[in-house]
Amino acid sequence: MAYFSQQLINALTLGSIYALIAIGYTMVYGIIGMINFAHGEVFMIGGFISLIGFMICAALGISAVPVAIVLVLLLAMAFTAVYGWTIERVAYRPLRGSFRLAPLISAIGVSILLQNYVQLAQGARPKAGGQIVEGGYTLFSADGFDVRVTWLQITIWVVTVALMAGFSWLIAATPLGRQQRACEQDMKMASLLGVNVDRTISLTFVMGAALAAVAGMMFLMYYGVVDFFIGFLAGIKAFTAAVLGGIGSLPGAMLGGLLIGLIEVFWAGYFSSEYKDVAAFAILVLVLIFRPSGLLGKPEIEKV
Amino acid sequence: MDARLPPMIKDSALTALVAAALGVFIVGFKTIDVGTGGPVFDYQLVDLAIAVVTIFFGRLGLQLASVGLKWPAFVLGIALGAVGAAPLKLPSTFLHWFIVLAGIVIILRTIWPWANEAMAKARHSPRGANYGRNFVKFFGAGLLVAAVLMPFMPFADQKTMDLAVLILTYVMLGWGLNIVVGLAGLLDLGYVAFYAVGAYAYALLSTQHGLGFWTVLPLAGMMAAAFGLVLGFPVLRLRGDYLAIVTLGFGEIIRLVLLNWVDLSNGPAGIGGIPGPTLFGAVFAETAPAGKTTFAEMAGIPFSANQRLIYLYYIILLLALVTNLFTQRVRRLPVGRAWEALREDETACKALGINPTNTKLTAFTVGAMFAGFAGSFFAAKQRFISPESFTFIESAIILAIVVLGGMGSQIGVVLAAVLLIGLPEWFRDLGAYRMVVFGLAMVLIMAFRPRGLIAHREPSVRLHPVRAGP
Repeated sequence: MAYFSQQLINALTLGSIYALIAIGYTMVYGIIGMINFAHGEVFMIGGFISLIGFMICAALGISAVPVAIVLVLLLAMAFTAVYGWTIERVAYRPLRGSFRLAPLISAIGVSILLQNYVQLAQGARPKAGGQIVEGGYTLFSADGFDVRVTWLQITIWVVTVALMAGFSWLIAATPLGRQQRACEQDMKMASLLGVNVDRTISLTFVMGAALAAVAGMMFLMYYGVVDFFIGFLAGIKAFTAAVLGGIGSLPGAMLGGLLIGLIEVFWAGYFSSEYKDVAAFAILVLVLIFRPSGLLGKPEIEKV
Repeated sequence: MDARLPPMIKDSALTALVAAALGVFIVGFKTIDVGTGGPVFDYQLVDLAIAVVTIFFGRLGLQLASVGLKWPAFVLGIALGAVGAAPLKLPSTFLHWFIVLAGIVIILRTIWPWANEAMAKARHSPRGANYGRNFVKFFGAGLLVAAVLMPFMPFADQKTMDLAVLILTYVMLGWGLNIVVGLAGLLDLGYVAFYAVGAYAYALLSTQHGLGFWTVLPLAGMMAAAFGLVLGFPVLRLRGDYLAIVTLGFGEIIRLVLLNWVDLSNGPAGIGGIPGPTLFGAVFAETAPAGKTTFAEMAGIPFSANQRLIYLYYIILLLALVTNLFTQRVRRLPVGRAWEALREDETACKALGINPTNTKLTAFTVGAMFAGFAGSFFAAKQRFISPESFTFIESAIILAIVVLGGMGSQIGVVLAAVLLIGLPEWFRDLGAYRMVVFGLAMVLIMAFRPRGLIAHREPSVRLHPVRAGP
């Protein structure tokens, strides 16, 4: 029971990170129907910017942990959002109306480009840092095993829940969210009714990238290390989460993220940690084959 | 002063600003590890500033060229090139290259419309059209003759031959993937998985059961094809981009299984001591193992390390040509036509009674088979394989070759393989930038020439034959 509880706590933390990335996939898919393959790299860049931000904070002598976290959070969100905006502008917008696979191939190109750009600029070795939240709280002890929840895990949950609530509100109740949903349903009609479609799509990428930056920062704080390759696996797993929850659906992405976190942690905890990535890939394949619309998604009807 | 200038300057300044925002943390603050106290900064803000200024002028030059102010753009391009090439003390050689490249891009952009117009005019003149058709016809033949004669050229030393074998391996993989991506229009991101199956099939059968290369080659192809069939069967009814992700998933699953199933594959340590291919039982080595003869003894010539390489070269050339010939022939058969039709419009194909799943499955399986052949050649050439060689990036490189060459164009794949594999191997210094250029090339190709570098592609089948030019 104690072991189970501890695994559950860890799984919820990991699931929060996946859910934040998955939102970016699901929103972009919802609005322009493409898989933003480079989204994992955006997450990675968010991690790097957070690392550098924490180091700058340390260099400037900002030692109050909450201040540093908020500063770095804003910094990472803002500057990673520029990446999201630029990727859409340079690599995807010129391809609207091209053949179907063109944006995906372009996205793979962006992914390779960003990975190697960061490797060139920052080196290939993993970088350590960002573990500034320490300590925790022992919930209960059983079977000679302490079930602990760290302050960091609580921070991650709080930030994730707050962002998701804020984000859901943004989509549900603001003019921007309305435009976004309108573009999702019918881009041409929305533009006829005065919605600036280009701007809305850009903002979708900006929001997705900002959330991925938060995920990158959480990842850095949780594992204490980033390297140029973390985006690939995390990206695929988050994409799996988006597909599992039903791609295009926001609550689906959140649910899917949590489920993938649960599955991965429990698989590693109870079966074998070597095959935990295989489990994630296998779920991706199985969901796509047997239920491509996911848990909460709507089935897609192809029209001629 | 031209009224068009201020908005251009504003736009260039914005571009430079975005570039600065992109680079400020990742490039400006390089983290390096010293000792144990975690990373420290190695500031590169000056480099960044120079790059941003270059981007400003680069963007300005492109804008000038695009509104037709050719001479100012041209002068700006020359000036940037001169600044980059000048012996200034810049913080890194990369910046020199960066500035020179910016200048070259502007100059190319300036002369692009002229060159394009001249090309179009030449292509549309009757002589030009004839010439173009003949060129395509003879270029392939010429390339083939050159490839066959290549090992006997005076410049064919060990390094060149090694590179040639490597390029041909990628040409074969590109041609194999071209069947799946170019003809059938299925984006396969896990192609390397079948390459791995072929490689491990040969490695295991030869080291553990003593089978020879020529025995295993068809087996490896069949095994890879069987994998393709089994994996393809459930997934091929998926839509294009889902299919791509599922194939990526399968590719990674196979690699992870090879990595972790130590009893079968020896895990990350890999399999070594794989025997090379033999020629009528003769081995290519200085001294033969017991009961075998060496090629040098059999042929009665002195031993040289090059013989093995030349032999490998001809094997992969033959395998690649078989792949090419197969593709050329099958494109004229009903199944090949069905592939191309399916690529263009799946719904119409269904209406015409083509079974999309079966048709896709044949393309997928055949593509996998050729990857299996190539894989078993790879194992025989390297004599050591490990899961390291079969990562996603390998699939991406093969895909980049196909995309760059122009999906469906056979000669384009050859050129792209030479360009993407040959050039970086030749200029080793560029190695670090190679993958960046790969990624950039994929993006640019999709934006500017989605049909590939060889933009012109003849349809395999025409309703009415083209009349020859007068």
